[in-house]
Amino acid sequence: MSTRTAELLAAIGLLVFSLGMMWSIHADGLQIGWVPGRGPGSGVWPFWLSLGMALTSVWTVVRWFRKTTSESRNETPYIDPDHLPLVAVSFIGLTVMVVLVSFVGTYISIALFLGFYMRVIGKHSWGLTTATVIGMVLMVYFLFEWQLSKYLPKGLPIFEDGFLWIDNFRWTYLM
Amino acid sequence: MGEIFDLLALGLLHAFEPLNFAMIIAGCMAGLFIGAMPGLGSVNGVAILLPVTFLVPPTAAIIFLAALYYGAMYGGAISSITLGIPGASTAVATVFDGRPMAQKGEANQALMAAAVASFIGGTISIVLFTLFAPPLADVALKFGSQEEFALMILAFATFIGLGGDDIPKTIFSILLGLVLAAVGFDIISGKPRLIFFDMVEFQRGIGFLVLAIGIYGIGEMLWTLEQTGGKVKLDFVKTTWKEFRQHLRVIKKYLPTTSLGSGLGFFVGTLPAAGATPASLMAYGLAKTFSKDPETFGKGNIAGVAAPEAANNAASTGSMLPMITLGIPGSPTTAILLGGMIIWGLRPGPLLFQNNPDFVWSLIGSMYVANFVTVALNLALIPIFVRVLAMPFTILTPIIFILCFVGVFATTDRMFDVWLMLALGAGGYLLRKLNYPVAPAVLAIVLGPLAERSMRQSLISSQGDLTTFINPAEHPIALGCILIAIVLMLYPIWLNIHRKRAARSGGESHWQG
Repeated sequence: MSTRTAELLAAIGLLVFSLGMMWSIHADGLQIGWVPGRGPGSGVWPFWLSLGMALTSVWTVVRWFRKTTSESRNETPYIDPDHLPLVAVSFIGLTVMVVLVSFVGTYISIALFLGFYMRVIGKHSWGLTTATVIGMVLMVYFLFEWQLSKYLPKGLPIFEDGFLWIDNFRWTYLM
Repeated sequence: MGEIFDLLALGLLHAFEPLNFAMIIAGCMAGLFIGAMPGLGSVNGVAILLPVTFLVPPTAAIIFLAALYYGAMYGGAISSITLGIPGASTAVATVFDGRPMAQKGEANQALMAAAVASFIGGTISIVLFTLFAPPLADVALKFGSQEEFALMILAFATFIGLGGDDIPKTIFSILLGLVLAAVGFDIISGKPRLIFFDMVEFQRGIGFLVLAIGIYGIGEMLWTLEQTGGKVKLDFVKTTWKEFRQHLRVIKKYLPTTSLGSGLGFFVGTLPAAGATPASLMAYGLAKTFSKDPETFGKGNIAGVAAPEAANNAASTGSMLPMITLGIPGSPTTAILLGGMIIWGLRPGPLLFQNNPDFVWSLIGSMYVANFVTVALNLALIPIFVRVLAMPFTILTPIIFILCFVGVFATTDRMFDVWLMLALGAGGYLLRKLNYPVAPAVLAIVLGPLAERSMRQSLISSQGDLTTFINPAEHPIALGCILIAIVLMLYPIWLNIHRKRAARSGGESHWQG
């Protein structure tokens, strides 16, 4: 996909998004004008600003046809094809990590993601990878669960029980 | 006047309390590191580490983040000079002459000049801050909702006028942020608005931190991965005390340029929304204009390093001024700081000086201390930082991703917000590639609720009269702000007519502070 194509798609997409929001305000029955005795209606702010968004998107589409922006003239690929695999794998890996959290819990997901990234993409040694993974897991546990008292997701009950054991240990012996 | 000294002395005392002092050191080190890493700037550091600061009381938290902001201004120069890649957008101007100096073998000189200039910029701006803050807070006490709204219009106009980006796209970005801020329940009428796809989770609205971390954490990493392919190349640097003294003598010559950069930096920083990035670029331009040998700029002129470095440090302090006194962020980083303060339960603005003087003056005191600490750390640790820059991106990237995920979850306790962060991060990255600036959206989502409230309150009190904002008799300050806003918005059109401007590439105008 060239940058030129992406520019048009983005402008049209954002236009549709803006119109969608305007419609949503209308469908919810929010007032977009002055409510007598009360003041500006609740729809005023989002509606007229979304209209502004729609108009600027239309303007961008017009400029695309007239080729006034540098993006609309740019025929080179939208995302650098040499680096696209790296970007895609990084983002997909992150997404997979977030999905896994609901199943195996935060710490296992973090460990898997970090381990995967460092070994497969970074091609680092097992020693460095293991050290970093352990360090990261400990740091997150210490900082967020211990100090900030946040309960991070632990996944399915099988895994959660394991972590509860660790928490019990902490509360009984370390604090 | 005497009262200011008393308050400042108290602030300095607080700054030396163990926790606060530890925060200064931690913040400076974090900032130096973050600023030095290519692709990460103060705004990324502040966004990603904001959740971590909930560990400590708000005073310590803001001292940490302010020191981080500072440190990042110093650190940005390290990457610009040794790698030729700006450590952050705030250090772009430093590359112009810093990189050629490194290539000529004068990297030491350049790094030293950057550090000293940053120190001078910081010192001058902190003094100016101390002098201007209380009177400005007094003036702001008289502000009504019309003035508040007009100031926000001015903030957005600054982005449009001085941002240097595509105007319709900048306007879109601002409006998008303002509208996203409206998702959820309307405060005044209590009705739900813009609940996308009727998903109940949207009723809590879209938190600014989710957007900020999405864009400046996830999006930034994706961007840098694409730009560099995960690889960076280093020129090694060694420093000795003898060289340090030699370099110091040379830098004395450039004191006037540095001071000019500092003053300019401070005032550009105080402008709402414009921060260290435009300040450093302007300072470079000004230094070149006033130089006796402008043709040496771009080839390794020390003034080309000193001026922008002084300016970016001065601007970071300057941008805290409107944030603390008026409640309007002076830069993208302070926009996130502002959001953080709201989360902590503090409302920045003139009342903060009255209700929480300890907080404000501890912050101001800490800035003086942070300035000294950072320059000392910077000079002492340059060799170490240069080595750390060689940390592979393949280790940094997943760590940042993990911190973003845990940070957002820790703040909101919802996986929904994590997914939102991913979506906004990816979306922000894709739009940024098309030259849609993202900083205005982040600023807008922070200011959105305040702006809407000011607008509605103004119109309610004026019974629907739109001219209330520009009425010279009742609201002269508001009128003044709106006039300046109009001038700023017309400025790019003026530039277009008088100069043929080459289309700017996307990367430069991504503001990281």
